Amino acid sequence: MDAETSGALPLGSEQNIVASRQLVRTLCQQLKFSLVDQTKMVTAASELSRNTLVHGGGGQMRWEFLERAGKRGLQLHFEDEGPGIPDMKLALTDGWTSGGGMGLGLPGSKRLVNDFDVQSEPGKGTRVSITRWK
Amino acid sequence: MTTQRDTQAFLSTLDVASDQLIGPWLDEAGAKDAAARRSMEIEAKEIAGALRSALDGGADPASFQGPAWASFRQVLEALSRSRAARGQTAGDTSLFILALKKPVFDSLQNELASDTPALMGAIWAATTLIDRIAQHTVSTFQQAREDIIRRQQEELLELSTPVIKLWDGVLAVPMIGVLDSNRTQIVMETLLQQIADSESELAIIDITGVPTVDTLVAQHLLKTVSAIRLMGADCIISGIRPQIAQTIVHLGIDLQGITTKATLADALSLALQKTGWRVQRAE
Amino acid sequence: MERIPILRMGSVLLVTIQVDMQDQTAMALQEDLAEKIAKTGADGVLIDISALEIVDSFVGRMLASISGIARILSATTVVVGMQPAVAITLVELGLSLEGVRTALNVERGVRLLERSRRELDFGR
Repeated sequence: MDAETSGALPLGSEQNIVASRQLVRTLCQQLKFSLVDQTKMVTAASELSRNTLVHGGGGQMRWEFLERAGKRGLQLHFEDEGPGIPDMKLALTDGWTSGGGMGLGLPGSKRLVNDFDVQSEPGKGTRVSITRWK
Repeated sequence: MTTQRDTQAFLSTLDVASDQLIGPWLDEAGAKDAAARRSMEIEAKEIAGALRSALDGGADPASFQGPAWASFRQVLEALSRSRAARGQTAGDTSLFILALKKPVFDSLQNELASDTPALMGAIWAATTLIDRIAQHTVSTFQQAREDIIRRQQEELLELSTPVIKLWDGVLAVPMIGVLDSNRTQIVMETLLQQIADSESELAIIDITGVPTVDTLVAQHLLKTVSAIRLMGADCIISGIRPQIAQTIVHLGIDLQGITTKATLADALSLALQKTGWRVQRAE
Repeated sequence: MERIPILRMGSVLLVTIQVDMQDQTAMALQEDLAEKIAKTGADGVLIDISALEIVDSFVGRMLASISGIARILSATTVVVGMQPAVAITLVELGLSLEGVRTALNVERGVRLLERSRRELDFGR
Protein backbone atom coordinates (compact mmCIF):
# COMPACT_ATOMS: atom_id res chain seq x y z
CA MET A 1 0.00 0.00 0.00
CA ASP A 2 2.22 2.74 -1.31
CA ALA A 3 1.03 6.34 -1.35
CA GLU A 4 0.96 8.09 -4.70
CA THR A 5 3.79 10.48 -5.33
CA SER A 6 2.62 12.02 -8.59
CA GLY A 7 -0.46 12.61 -10.65
CA ALA A 8 -2.25 14.90 -13.05
CA LEU A 9 -5.43 16.93 -13.22
CA PRO A 10 -7.09 18.26 -16.37
CA LEU A 11 -7.63 22.01 -16.59
CA GLY A 12 -10.50 22.39 -18.99
CA SER A 13 -13.17 24.16 -17.02
CA GLU A 14 -13.73 26.50 -14.11
CA GLN A 15 -14.64 23.58 -11.88
CA ASN A 16 -11.18 22.20 -12.65
CA ILE A 17 -9.61 25.38 -11.25
CA VAL A 18 -11.51 24.82 -8.00
CA ALA A 19 -10.49 21.16 -8.06
CA SER A 20 -6.84 22.12 -8.55
CA ARG A 21 -6.99 24.36 -5.47
CA GLN A 22 -8.47 21.57 -3.41
CA LEU A 23 -5.98 19.01 -4.67
CA VAL A 24 -2.98 21.24 -4.03
CA ARG A 25 -4.33 21.97 -0.55
CA THR A 26 -4.53 18.22 0.18
CA LEU A 27 -1.03 17.62 -1.18
CA CYS A 28 0.39 20.46 0.94
CA GLN A 29 -1.29 19.01 4.00
CA GLN A 30 0.26 15.62 3.27
CA LEU A 31 3.68 17.27 3.31
CA LYS A 32 2.72 19.10 6.49
CA PHE A 33 3.41 22.59 5.12
CA SER A 34 2.66 25.46 7.49
CA LEU A 35 -0.67 27.22 7.00
CA VAL A 36 0.96 30.24 5.40
CA ASP A 37 3.01 28.09 3.02
CA GLN A 38 -0.11 26.09 2.10
CA THR A 39 -2.02 29.28 1.38
CA LYS A 40 0.78 30.62 -0.80
CA MET A 41 1.07 27.40 -2.80
CA VAL A 42 -2.67 26.97 -3.30
CA THR A 43 -3.02 30.60 -4.36
CA ALA A 44 -0.17 30.25 -6.85
CA ALA A 45 -1.80 27.11 -8.22
CA SER A 46 -5.09 28.97 -8.60
CA GLU A 47 -3.41 31.76 -10.57
CA LEU A 48 -1.53 29.40 -12.87
CA SER A 49 -4.47 27.04 -13.39
CA ARG A 50 -6.55 29.98 -14.49
CA ASN A 51 -3.82 31.12 -16.90
CA THR A 52 -3.70 27.66 -18.43
CA LEU A 53 -7.45 27.67 -18.93
CA VAL A 54 -8.00 31.26 -19.97
CA HIS A 55 -4.83 32.03 -21.94
CA GLY A 56 -3.66 28.57 -22.88
CA GLY A 57 -6.97 27.23 -24.11
CA GLY A 58 -6.99 24.51 -21.48
CA GLY A 59 -4.38 21.96 -20.47
CA GLN A 60 -3.38 20.08 -17.36
CA MET A 61 -1.68 20.35 -14.02
CA ARG A 62 0.85 17.65 -13.18
CA TRP A 63 2.06 17.26 -9.63
CA GLU A 64 4.81 15.31 -7.92
CA PHE A 65 6.41 14.97 -4.54
CA LEU A 66 10.13 15.65 -4.60
CA GLU A 67 12.87 14.64 -2.24
CA ARG A 68 16.27 16.29 -2.35
CA ALA A 69 18.96 16.08 0.32
CA GLY A 70 16.44 14.87 2.84
CA LYS A 71 14.07 17.75 2.14
CA ARG A 72 10.61 17.10 0.76
CA GLY A 73 8.82 19.34 -1.68
CA LEU A 74 5.82 19.67 -3.95
CA GLN A 75 6.31 20.44 -7.62
CA LEU A 76 3.51 21.50 -9.93
CA HIS A 77 3.61 21.82 -13.72
CA PHE A 78 0.96 23.83 -15.55
CA GLU A 79 0.99 22.82 -19.19
CA ASP A 80 -0.94 23.85 -22.24
CA GLU A 81 -0.58 23.74 -26.00
CA GLY A 82 -1.88 27.21 -26.50
CA PRO A 83 -0.46 30.22 -28.26
CA GLY A 84 2.54 30.57 -25.93
CA ILE A 85 3.92 33.75 -24.39
CA PRO A 86 5.04 36.22 -27.06
CA ASP A 87 7.11 38.48 -24.83
CA MET A 88 8.65 36.61 -21.89
CA LYS A 89 10.38 39.66 -20.48
CA LEU A 90 7.13 41.58 -20.40
CA ALA A 91 5.31 38.62 -18.86
CA LEU A 92 7.79 38.56 -16.02
CA THR A 93 7.44 42.30 -15.37
CA ASP A 94 5.44 43.22 -12.34
CA GLY A 95 2.32 44.65 -13.89
CA TRP A 96 -0.29 45.00 -11.25
CA THR A 97 1.21 47.99 -9.58
CA SER A 98 2.71 49.71 -12.58
CA GLY A 99 -0.07 49.00 -15.03
CA GLY A 100 2.39 47.25 -17.34
CA GLY A 101 3.18 43.56 -17.56
CA MET A 102 0.82 41.15 -19.21
CA GLY A 103 -1.66 40.45 -16.48
CA LEU A 104 -0.59 36.84 -16.22
CA GLY A 105 0.38 37.33 -12.62
CA LEU A 106 3.65 35.47 -13.16
CA PRO A 107 5.89 37.70 -11.03
CA GLY A 108 3.36 37.55 -8.20
CA SER A 109 3.10 33.78 -8.34
CA LYS A 110 6.87 33.58 -8.48
CA ARG A 111 7.09 35.32 -5.12
CA LEU A 112 4.79 32.75 -3.57
CA VAL A 113 7.01 29.77 -4.29
CA ASN A 114 10.64 28.69 -3.85
CA ASP A 115 11.44 27.59 -7.41
CA PHE A 116 9.79 28.98 -10.54
CA ASP A 117 10.38 28.15 -14.19
CA VAL A 118 8.57 29.12 -17.40
CA GLN A 119 9.05 27.41 -20.73
CA SER A 120 7.11 28.94 -23.56
CA GLU A 121 7.36 29.72 -27.23
CA PRO A 122 4.81 31.32 -29.51
CA GLY A 123 2.90 28.51 -31.16
CA LYS A 124 4.43 25.84 -28.98
CA GLY A 125 2.44 26.12 -25.78
CA THR A 126 3.51 26.94 -22.27
CA ARG A 127 4.72 25.12 -19.20
CA VAL A 128 5.05 26.83 -15.84
CA SER A 129 6.71 24.81 -13.09
CA ILE A 130 6.66 25.79 -9.44
CA THR A 131 8.10 24.12 -6.38
CA ARG A 132 7.66 24.67 -2.66
CA TRP A 133 9.97 22.97 -0.20
CA LYS A 134 9.18 22.07 3.36
CA MET B 1 24.52 -8.23 -9.29
CA THR B 2 22.16 -9.31 -6.54
CA THR B 3 20.17 -12.43 -7.23
CA GLN B 4 17.05 -13.72 -5.59
CA ARG B 5 19.10 -16.49 -4.04
CA ASP B 6 21.55 -14.03 -2.52
CA THR B 7 18.68 -12.07 -1.03
CA GLN B 8 17.13 -15.27 0.27
CA ALA B 9 20.36 -16.22 1.96
CA PHE B 10 20.60 -12.80 3.56
CA LEU B 11 16.99 -13.07 4.61
CA SER B 12 17.46 -16.41 6.26
CA THR B 13 20.32 -15.12 8.37
CA LEU B 14 17.92 -12.53 9.70
CA ASP B 15 15.32 -15.21 10.30
CA VAL B 16 17.62 -17.67 11.99
CA ALA B 17 17.31 -16.93 15.68
CA SER B 18 17.39 -13.17 15.57
CA ASP B 19 18.64 -13.18 19.13
CA GLN B 20 21.74 -14.88 17.86
CA LEU B 21 22.21 -11.96 15.49
CA ILE B 22 21.34 -9.15 17.88
CA GLY B 23 23.83 -10.14 20.55
CA PRO B 24 26.90 -10.16 18.27
CA TRP B 25 25.63 -7.01 16.57
CA LEU B 26 25.54 -5.14 19.86
CA ASP B 27 28.97 -6.47 20.77
CA GLU B 28 30.35 -5.27 17.47
CA ALA B 29 28.70 -1.88 17.88
CA GLY B 30 30.32 -1.51 21.29
CA ALA B 31 27.82 -0.03 23.72
CA LYS B 32 29.39 2.15 26.42
CA ASP B 33 27.42 0.78 29.35
CA ALA B 34 24.46 -1.38 30.26
CA ALA B 35 21.91 1.41 29.73
CA ALA B 36 23.34 2.29 26.31
CA ARG B 37 23.32 -1.38 25.36
CA ARG B 38 19.69 -1.71 26.38
CA SER B 39 18.57 1.20 24.25
CA MET B 40 20.71 -0.07 21.36
CA GLU B 41 19.06 -3.44 21.73
CA ILE B 42 15.64 -1.92 21.24
CA GLU B 43 16.83 -0.06 18.15
CA ALA B 44 18.53 -3.19 16.77
CA LYS B 45 15.44 -5.34 17.20
CA GLU B 46 13.27 -2.75 15.52
CA ILE B 47 15.62 -2.43 12.58
CA ALA B 48 16.06 -6.19 12.19
CA GLY B 49 12.30 -6.67 12.33
CA ALA B 50 11.56 -3.97 9.77
CA LEU B 51 14.35 -5.19 7.49
CA ARG B 52 12.99 -8.70 7.62
CA SER B 53 9.45 -7.52 6.75
CA ALA B 54 10.72 -5.50 3.85
CA LEU B 55 12.73 -8.40 2.41
CA ASP B 56 9.85 -10.78 3.13
CA GLY B 57 7.58 -8.48 1.17
CA GLY B 58 9.81 -8.89 -1.83
CA ALA B 59 11.70 -5.63 -1.60
CA ASP B 60 14.65 -5.55 -3.98
CA PRO B 61 17.91 -4.63 -2.20
CA ALA B 62 19.12 -3.01 -5.41
CA SER B 63 16.43 -0.33 -5.38
CA PHE B 64 16.54 1.01 -1.86
CA GLN B 65 14.74 4.24 -2.71
CA GLY B 66 11.74 2.33 -4.03
CA PRO B 67 8.29 2.27 -2.42
CA ALA B 68 8.74 -1.28 -1.10
CA TRP B 69 11.36 0.04 1.29
CA ALA B 70 9.26 3.01 2.44
CA SER B 71 8.27 1.74 5.87
CA PHE B 72 11.79 0.48 6.56
CA ARG B 73 13.16 3.89 5.58
CA GLN B 74 10.77 5.45 8.08
CA VAL B 75 12.15 3.24 10.85
CA LEU B 76 15.66 4.41 9.93
CA GLU B 77 14.52 8.04 9.87
CA ALA B 78 13.04 7.64 13.35
CA LEU B 79 16.36 6.19 14.51
CA SER B 80 18.29 9.11 13.04
CA ARG B 81 15.93 11.65 14.56
CA SER B 82 16.09 10.15 18.02
CA ARG B 83 19.87 9.93 17.93
CA ALA B 84 20.13 13.48 16.61
CA ALA B 85 17.91 14.61 19.46
CA ARG B 86 20.22 12.81 21.90
CA GLY B 87 23.16 14.77 20.54
CA GLN B 88 24.94 11.86 18.90
CA THR B 89 26.83 12.19 15.64
CA ALA B 90 26.03 10.94 12.18
CA GLY B 91 29.19 8.87 12.44
CA ASP B 92 27.97 7.03 15.55
CA THR B 93 24.71 6.15 13.86
CA SER B 94 26.43 4.97 10.70
CA LEU B 95 28.90 2.85 12.68
CA PHE B 96 25.98 1.26 14.51
CA ILE B 97 24.42 0.16 11.23
CA LEU B 98 27.71 -1.01 9.74
CA ALA B 99 28.39 -3.13 12.84
CA LEU B 100 25.65 -5.43 11.54
CA LYS B 101 27.98 -6.68 8.82
CA LYS B 102 30.19 -8.90 10.94
CA PRO B 103 27.43 -10.98 12.56
CA VAL B 104 25.71 -11.29 9.16
CA PHE B 105 28.92 -12.43 7.45
CA ASP B 106 29.60 -14.93 10.25
CA SER B 107 26.09 -16.31 9.96
CA LEU B 108 26.28 -16.53 6.17
CA GLN B 109 29.61 -18.31 6.45
CA ASN B 110 28.08 -20.92 8.76
CA GLU B 111 25.17 -21.50 6.39
CA LEU B 112 26.96 -21.47 3.07
CA ALA B 113 30.41 -22.76 4.02
CA SER B 114 30.28 -25.45 1.37
CA ASP B 115 29.08 -23.24 -1.46
CA THR B 116 31.68 -20.56 -2.13
CA PRO B 117 29.98 -18.79 -5.08
CA ALA B 118 26.71 -18.61 -3.15
CA LEU B 119 28.58 -17.33 -0.11
CA MET B 120 30.29 -14.62 -2.19
CA GLY B 121 26.98 -13.59 -3.74
CA ALA B 122 25.23 -13.45 -0.41
CA ILE B 123 28.03 -11.45 1.23
CA TRP B 124 28.02 -8.99 -1.65
CA ALA B 125 24.24 -8.59 -1.38
CA ALA B 126 24.43 -8.08 2.37
CA THR B 127 27.29 -5.62 2.27
CA THR B 128 25.80 -3.39 -0.44
CA LEU B 129 22.45 -3.30 1.28
CA ILE B 130 23.93 -2.51 4.69
CA ASP B 131 26.05 0.24 3.10
CA ARG B 132 22.95 1.79 1.57
CA ILE B 133 21.15 1.63 4.87
CA ALA B 134 24.07 3.36 6.60
CA GLN B 135 24.14 6.06 3.89
CA HIS B 136 20.45 6.66 4.31
CA THR B 137 20.75 7.10 8.04
CA VAL B 138 23.56 9.63 7.56
CA SER B 139 21.63 11.80 5.11
CA THR B 140 18.44 11.74 7.13
CA PHE B 141 20.53 12.40 10.23
CA GLN B 142 21.76 15.68 8.72
CA GLN B 143 18.23 16.67 7.89
CA ALA B 144 16.96 15.67 11.34
CA ARG B 145 19.65 17.78 12.99
CA GLU B 146 18.88 20.75 10.79
CA ASP B 147 15.19 20.40 11.62
CA ILE B 148 15.92 20.36 15.33
CA ILE B 149 18.18 23.39 15.11
CA ARG B 150 15.66 25.26 13.05
CA ARG B 151 12.88 24.45 15.51
CA GLN B 152 15.01 25.64 18.39
CA GLN B 153 15.80 28.83 16.52
CA GLU B 154 12.13 29.44 15.89
CA GLU B 155 11.28 28.92 19.52
CA LEU B 156 14.05 31.30 20.48
CA LEU B 157 12.78 33.83 17.99
CA GLU B 158 9.28 33.60 19.37
CA LEU B 159 10.60 34.15 22.86
CA SER B 160 12.76 37.07 21.83
CA THR B 161 10.01 38.82 19.90
CA PRO B 162 6.91 38.51 22.05
CA VAL B 163 3.66 40.11 21.05
CA ILE B 164 2.41 42.08 24.01
CA LYS B 165 -1.07 43.36 24.68
CA LEU B 166 -0.55 46.95 25.79
CA TRP B 167 -4.18 47.84 26.08
CA ASP B 168 -7.60 46.78 24.85
CA GLY B 169 -7.17 46.64 21.13
CA VAL B 170 -3.51 47.68 21.15
CA LEU B 171 -0.70 45.19 20.61
CA ALA B 172 3.03 45.88 20.68
CA VAL B 173 6.01 43.99 19.30
CA PRO B 174 9.44 45.04 20.53
CA MET B 175 11.91 43.98 17.86
CA ILE B 176 15.37 43.41 19.24
CA GLY B 177 18.56 42.62 17.39
CA VAL B 178 19.35 42.14 13.77
CA LEU B 179 16.33 41.60 11.56
CA ASP B 180 16.69 39.02 8.83
CA SER B 181 14.11 37.79 6.41
CA ASN B 182 13.39 34.60 8.34
CA ARG B 183 12.92 36.41 11.61
CA THR B 184 10.75 39.15 10.18
CA GLN B 185 8.63 36.49 8.50
CA ILE B 186 7.98 34.73 11.79
CA VAL B 187 7.26 37.98 13.62
CA MET B 188 4.86 39.01 10.87
CA GLU B 189 2.96 35.73 11.04
CA THR B 190 2.76 35.76 14.83
CA LEU B 191 1.70 39.40 14.98
CA LEU B 192 -1.00 38.99 12.34
CA GLN B 193 -2.39 35.91 14.05
CA GLN B 194 -2.51 37.76 17.36
CA ILE B 195 -4.27 40.69 15.72
CA ALA B 196 -6.88 38.30 14.37
CA ASP B 197 -7.27 36.40 17.63
CA SER B 198 -7.46 39.44 19.91
CA GLU B 199 -9.24 41.60 17.32
CA SER B 200 -6.85 44.43 18.09
CA GLU B 201 -7.05 47.41 15.80
CA LEU B 202 -3.61 48.77 16.43
CA ALA B 203 -0.20 47.21 16.42
CA ILE B 204 2.91 49.10 17.52
CA ILE B 205 6.16 47.77 16.10
CA ASP B 206 8.99 49.13 18.19
CA ILE B 207 12.42 49.08 16.61
CA THR B 208 14.40 50.75 19.41
CA GLY B 209 16.46 47.58 19.72
CA VAL B 210 17.23 47.29 16.02
CA PRO B 211 20.75 48.52 15.23
CA THR B 212 20.37 49.21 11.51
CA VAL B 213 17.66 49.33 8.92
CA ASP B 214 18.55 48.61 5.33
CA THR B 215 16.38 48.39 2.23
CA LEU B 216 15.64 44.72 2.79
CA VAL B 217 14.57 45.18 6.40
CA ALA B 218 12.47 48.17 5.41
CA GLN B 219 10.81 46.06 2.70
CA HIS B 220 9.91 43.39 5.22
CA LEU B 221 8.50 45.94 7.64
CA LEU B 222 6.48 47.56 4.87
CA LYS B 223 5.08 44.17 3.85
CA THR B 224 4.05 43.54 7.43
CA VAL B 225 2.30 46.88 7.62
CA SER B 226 0.50 46.24 4.30
CA ALA B 227 -0.75 42.92 5.58
CA ILE B 228 -1.94 44.49 8.84
CA ARG B 229 -3.86 47.11 6.90
CA LEU B 230 -5.37 44.53 4.57
CA MET B 231 -6.78 42.78 7.59
CA GLY B 232 -8.43 45.97 8.74
CA ALA B 233 -6.08 47.04 11.50
CA ASP B 234 -3.37 49.71 11.52
CA CYS B 235 0.19 50.05 12.58
CA ILE B 236 2.55 52.53 14.22
CA ILE B 237 6.30 52.14 14.03
CA SER B 238 8.08 53.49 17.05
CA GLY B 239 11.60 53.69 18.39
CA ILE B 240 13.05 55.28 15.31
CA ARG B 241 16.39 56.66 16.35
CA PRO B 242 17.78 59.71 14.53
CA GLN B 243 20.40 57.59 12.73
CA ILE B 244 17.72 55.26 11.41
CA ALA B 245 15.60 58.21 10.32
CA GLN B 246 18.60 59.48 8.35
CA THR B 247 19.20 56.08 6.79
CA ILE B 248 15.57 55.85 5.73
CA VAL B 249 15.76 59.21 3.99
CA HIS B 250 19.16 58.41 2.46
CA LEU B 251 17.94 55.12 1.02
CA GLY B 252 14.86 56.83 -0.33
CA ILE B 253 12.56 54.41 1.43
CA ASP B 254 8.93 55.44 1.08
CA LEU B 255 7.13 54.79 4.32
CA GLN B 256 3.78 54.98 2.52
CA GLY B 257 1.99 57.05 5.09
CA ILE B 258 2.81 54.81 8.04
CA THR B 259 2.71 56.75 11.26
CA THR B 260 6.04 56.79 13.00
CA LYS B 261 6.92 57.88 16.52
CA ALA B 262 10.28 58.32 18.20
CA THR B 263 9.31 56.48 21.37
CA LEU B 264 7.04 53.66 22.39
CA ALA B 265 5.43 56.04 24.89
CA ASP B 266 4.44 58.44 22.13
CA ALA B 267 3.13 55.56 20.08
CA LEU B 268 1.01 54.31 22.98
CA SER B 269 -0.37 57.78 23.54
CA LEU B 270 -1.37 58.04 19.90
CA ALA B 271 -2.77 54.51 19.89
CA LEU B 272 -5.01 55.24 22.85
CA GLN B 273 -6.21 58.39 21.17
CA LYS B 274 -6.97 56.57 17.95
CA THR B 275 -8.91 53.85 19.72
CA GLY B 276 -11.01 56.43 21.54
CA TRP B 277 -9.36 56.51 24.96
CA ARG B 278 -8.56 59.59 26.96
CA VAL B 279 -6.16 59.47 29.89
CA GLN B 280 -6.83 61.76 32.84
CA ARG B 281 -4.86 62.22 35.98
CA ALA B 282 -6.77 61.16 39.08
CA GLU B 283 -6.67 63.90 41.68
CA MET C 1 -24.56 27.33 -10.47
CA GLU C 2 -24.97 28.44 -6.87
CA ARG C 3 -25.38 32.12 -6.15
CA ILE C 4 -24.08 33.66 -2.94
CA PRO C 5 -27.03 34.98 -0.90
CA ILE C 6 -27.18 38.69 -0.08
CA LEU C 7 -28.86 39.66 3.18
CA ARG C 8 -30.25 43.03 4.01
CA MET C 9 -29.68 44.68 7.40
CA GLY C 10 -31.38 48.05 7.26
CA SER C 11 -29.49 50.11 4.71
CA VAL C 12 -26.60 47.68 4.64
CA LEU C 13 -26.24 44.64 2.41
CA LEU C 14 -24.40 41.72 4.02
CA VAL C 15 -22.64 38.99 2.10
CA THR C 16 -20.91 36.04 3.74
CA ILE C 17 -18.67 34.08 1.38
CA GLN C 18 -18.27 30.59 2.73
CA VAL C 19 -17.49 28.50 -0.29
CA ASP C 20 -14.50 28.09 -2.53
CA MET C 21 -16.07 30.04 -5.38
CA GLN C 22 -15.83 29.28 -9.06
CA ASP C 23 -14.95 32.31 -11.14
CA GLN C 24 -18.55 32.43 -12.47
CA THR C 25 -19.93 32.54 -8.93
CA ALA C 26 -17.73 35.53 -8.11
CA MET C 27 -18.87 37.35 -11.25
CA ALA C 28 -22.50 36.57 -10.46
CA LEU C 29 -22.03 37.98 -6.95
CA GLN C 30 -20.68 41.19 -8.41
CA GLU C 31 -23.72 41.53 -10.68
CA ASP C 32 -26.20 40.61 -7.98
CA LEU C 33 -24.70 43.13 -5.57
CA ALA C 34 -24.73 45.94 -8.12
CA GLU C 35 -28.35 45.22 -8.89
CA LYS C 36 -29.37 45.00 -5.26
CA ILE C 37 -27.56 48.21 -4.24
CA ALA C 38 -29.40 50.07 -6.97
CA LYS C 39 -32.72 48.44 -6.18
CA THR C 40 -32.63 48.91 -2.40
CA GLY C 41 -30.73 52.17 -2.29
CA ALA C 42 -28.36 50.60 0.21
CA ASP C 43 -25.54 52.87 1.39
CA GLY C 44 -23.32 50.14 2.78
CA VAL C 45 -22.01 46.74 1.69
CA LEU C 46 -20.36 44.35 4.13
CA ILE C 47 -18.50 41.38 2.69
CA ASP C 48 -17.48 38.78 5.25
CA ILE C 49 -14.52 36.74 4.02
CA SER C 50 -13.58 35.23 7.38
CA ALA C 51 -14.25 31.75 6.00
CA LEU C 52 -12.16 32.25 2.87
CA GLU C 53 -8.85 30.44 3.09
CA ILE C 54 -7.80 31.48 -0.39
CA VAL C 55 -8.16 34.87 -2.02
CA ASP C 56 -6.45 34.89 -5.39
CA SER C 57 -6.16 37.72 -7.90
CA PHE C 58 -9.57 36.95 -9.41
CA VAL C 59 -11.39 37.25 -6.11
CA GLY C 60 -9.22 40.21 -5.17
CA ARG C 61 -10.17 42.04 -8.35
CA MET C 62 -13.81 41.16 -7.76
CA LEU C 63 -13.67 42.75 -4.32
CA ALA C 64 -12.04 45.86 -5.77
CA SER C 65 -14.65 46.01 -8.54
CA ILE C 66 -17.54 45.67 -6.12
CA SER C 67 -16.04 48.44 -4.05
CA GLY C 68 -15.76 50.70 -7.08
CA ILE C 69 -19.22 49.92 -8.39
CA ALA C 70 -20.74 50.47 -4.96
CA ARG C 71 -19.00 53.81 -4.64
CA ILE C 72 -20.46 54.98 -7.92
CA LEU C 73 -23.85 53.95 -6.59
CA SER C 74 -23.15 55.96 -3.42
CA ALA C 75 -22.52 53.01 -1.17
CA THR C 76 -19.44 52.21 0.93
CA THR C 77 -17.99 48.71 0.92
CA VAL C 78 -16.12 47.11 3.80
CA VAL C 79 -14.47 43.71 3.54
CA VAL C 80 -14.16 42.01 6.93
CA GLY C 81 -12.42 39.08 8.52
CA MET C 82 -9.46 38.57 6.22
CA GLN C 83 -7.39 35.66 7.54
CA PRO C 84 -3.72 36.40 8.35
CA ALA C 85 -2.38 33.83 5.85
CA VAL C 86 -4.56 35.40 3.17
CA ALA C 87 -3.29 38.89 3.98
CA ILE C 88 0.33 37.74 3.83
CA THR C 89 -0.26 36.01 0.49
CA LEU C 90 -2.04 39.00 -1.06
CA VAL C 91 0.83 41.27 -0.08
CA GLU C 92 3.33 38.85 -1.60
CA LEU C 93 1.22 38.62 -4.77
CA GLY C 94 1.39 42.39 -5.00
CA LEU C 95 -2.36 42.94 -4.84
CA SER C 96 -2.93 46.10 -2.87
CA LEU C 97 -6.74 46.08 -3.11
CA GLU C 98 -6.58 49.83 -3.50
CA GLY C 99 -9.82 51.51 -2.60
CA VAL C 100 -11.18 48.57 -0.62
CA ARG C 101 -11.85 49.30 3.03
CA THR C 102 -11.32 46.52 5.50
CA ALA C 103 -12.19 45.78 9.10
CA LEU C 104 -11.33 42.98 11.50
CA ASN C 105 -14.86 41.69 11.95
CA VAL C 106 -18.52 42.37 11.16
CA GLU C 107 -19.03 44.51 14.25
CA ARG C 108 -16.13 46.81 13.41
CA GLY C 109 -17.24 46.82 9.79
CA VAL C 110 -20.68 48.05 10.75
CA ARG C 111 -19.11 50.75 12.93
CA LEU C 112 -16.94 51.82 10.03
CA LEU C 113 -19.99 52.07 7.79
CA GLU C 114 -21.84 54.16 10.37
CA ARG C 115 -18.84 56.49 10.67
CA SER C 116 -18.60 56.97 6.95
CA ARG C 117 -22.32 57.54 6.70
CA ARG C 118 -22.03 60.27 9.32
CA GLU C 119 -19.16 61.86 7.51
CA LEU C 120 -21.18 61.79 4.30
CA ASP C 121 -18.21 60.18 2.67
CA PHE C 122 -18.79 59.70 -1.04
CA GLY C 123 -15.56 57.88 -1.64
CA ARG C 124 -12.00 58.94 -1.07
